Amino acid sequence: MQDLLRRYGTGLTTIFCLLVAFWILVLVILPNFSMLFESFFPYLPVVELGGPKDVFTMQNYEKILANPIETSWFGVPVTIPIHVSTFIDTVFFSALVTLMTLIFAYPLAYFLAKVAHPKSIPTLLLLLFIPMWVSEALRAFAWYIILTFNGPLNALLKALGIIDQGIRWQNGVFTSYDAIVIVLTYCYVLFMLFPIYTAITSLDTNQIEAAEDLGSPWWRTHWRVVIPHAKPGIASGCVMVFMLSAGSLLVPTVVGSTKANWFPQTIYTWFNDALDWNTGAAYSMIFLLVCIIFVILAMRVFKVKLSDIAK
Amino acid sequence: MSRNRAILGQIYFGLFVLYLLVPLVVMAGAAFNDSKLPTVAPWKGFTWRWFGDLWADQVMWGAFLNSILVALAVVALAVPIGTAAAIVLNSISGKFRATLYGFMVAPVLAPGLVIGISTVLFWNQMGNTLGAPGTWPFGRGLHLATLGQVSYIAAYVMLLVLARLQSFDPGLEEAALDLGASHGQVLRRILLPHLYPAIAASAAIAFFQSIENFNVTLFTKASETTLTVYVFSQVRSGITPKINALAFLLILLTLILALVYEANRRRKARVEAEREAEARRAEAAMLL
Repeated sequence: MQDLLRRYGTGLTTIFCLLVAFWILVLVILPNFSMLFESFFPYLPVVELGGPKDVFTMQNYEKILANPIETSWFGVPVTIPIHVSTFIDTVFFSALVTLMTLIFAYPLAYFLAKVAHPKSIPTLLLLLFIPMWVSEALRAFAWYIILTFNGPLNALLKALGIIDQGIRWQNGVFTSYDAIVIVLTYCYVLFMLFPIYTAITSLDTNQIEAAEDLGSPWWRTHWRVVIPHAKPGIASGCVMVFMLSAGSLLVPTVVGSTKANWFPQTIYTWFNDALDWNTGAAYSMIFLLVCIIFVILAMRVFKVKLSDIAK
Repeated sequence: MSRNRAILGQIYFGLFVLYLLVPLVVMAGAAFNDSKLPTVAPWKGFTWRWFGDLWADQVMWGAFLNSILVALAVVALAVPIGTAAAIVLNSISGKFRATLYGFMVAPVLAPGLVIGISTVLFWNQMGNTLGAPGTWPFGRGLHLATLGQVSYIAAYVMLLVLARLQSFDPGLEEAALDLGASHGQVLRRILLPHLYPAIAASAAIAFFQSIENFNVTLFTKASETTLTVYVFSQVRSGITPKINALAFLLILLTLILALVYEANRRRKARVEAEREAEARRAEAAMLL
């Protein structure tokens, strides 16, 4: 602080601090407090605000436990509240998306960082960047076209003689979340690729060669040399992809079937259709909590710091 | 072995790029199909009419303009905030720095809908407290979308500027101060010129992040929409291929930008290589 004052004087330092305070307080901390606060009060019409009903309550959080439905997990029938079911599905399938993007992206990141000719890298990266610059709404829409019943995918498969009847992809083949998983993987795979690529680039190629010279098979070289080095990148990619997938409202709404509910859709319904902002706040507190737990878990599992993840 | 791996890698890369591009090609192709539904499979003939429909769509133009305005506002707020944050962060250390850093990067990791909801609730509550509920600036609208977006986009700016600050020599500022420069001059003539590349890059990133944003905008907007939200609402409520026409134009724009960027990079690389060659020649001449 002394340093700032000496270099830039009182006036400029005050401006810097005010800008930072505006950001951290008004845009970050206070809104979140506001959400926490509102989530403990009932949704009331304006005239009853401040009245006898306007008291601290847990009822917004209890709503998630209402409406039990019968469903089945891996063939085992269970009875759980509908929103809890949605919530668990969202977390499970987001984790699946994260795993799939990791499997897709890792070999490519390794190829770009260590195998491809260094001179061609900028061009190759640009080729990958182009699809990412196209907005998420349009990428989801592109898949909507591909997966529709009378769409090109079914037409192609029929022409090739692989199927003779169209498949309703949006209703799913394995689970009703198939389409969502496919499209989320497509949308976010590059968020996995770039952090891992950056991490592997900083690995000394001599280490890989040394491992190979000492007779290590390729899979052990990766397991013992490359992956440990790429860990911060993998952690960063996993956190980004999981957050983006679990928080996506666009993709599930555009390509999801009526049977596949995503938790952000539930929150949106409370917030926008029921206009019950308080319950919406409670649900998004629950959602935020899970996200925080996931970040902490990722930091523990990969033994990395927050500054490694947010890069 | 090594060559095999390179070939395998190239094949995988090729397939991957194909996987990324084919959906976009399908979507762009459907813009020219004379079919009421956006598809390419039953090809009903070539047409330009979806571009005409798009051109005549007033709502789309309004949304487009809104997107640009919001993005400009986000850049105008996020760049000074992020730069100031980086400068402050760079001059402190210890526990306080770690805490502050945590609060700054947290919005990057927070889901967009949480940012959107918390922003709406906070300003709404302010409105209630100040006795003007729902009026500007407390009600929902694009101004809240701007503020919500700034809360996490400023973090990108901060990270980029902070990285650039690592290569800054504080001795230059000391020298300027010793030579009688004012504080304003130190900032304007010494520090900012060093940071300009990072500031320019972060402004571009902030602009495109804002255009792209969906989640925060959806929760904070009132009746006025942005382009991304407009596309979403069109997809939801029975769609005509005019969205494909829009997609085609946006992809075309992206391609042009990418080509310009690539040509620029190659030209720079060539100039650099020539300079190096010249330096080598001069060195060789000197040794002779």
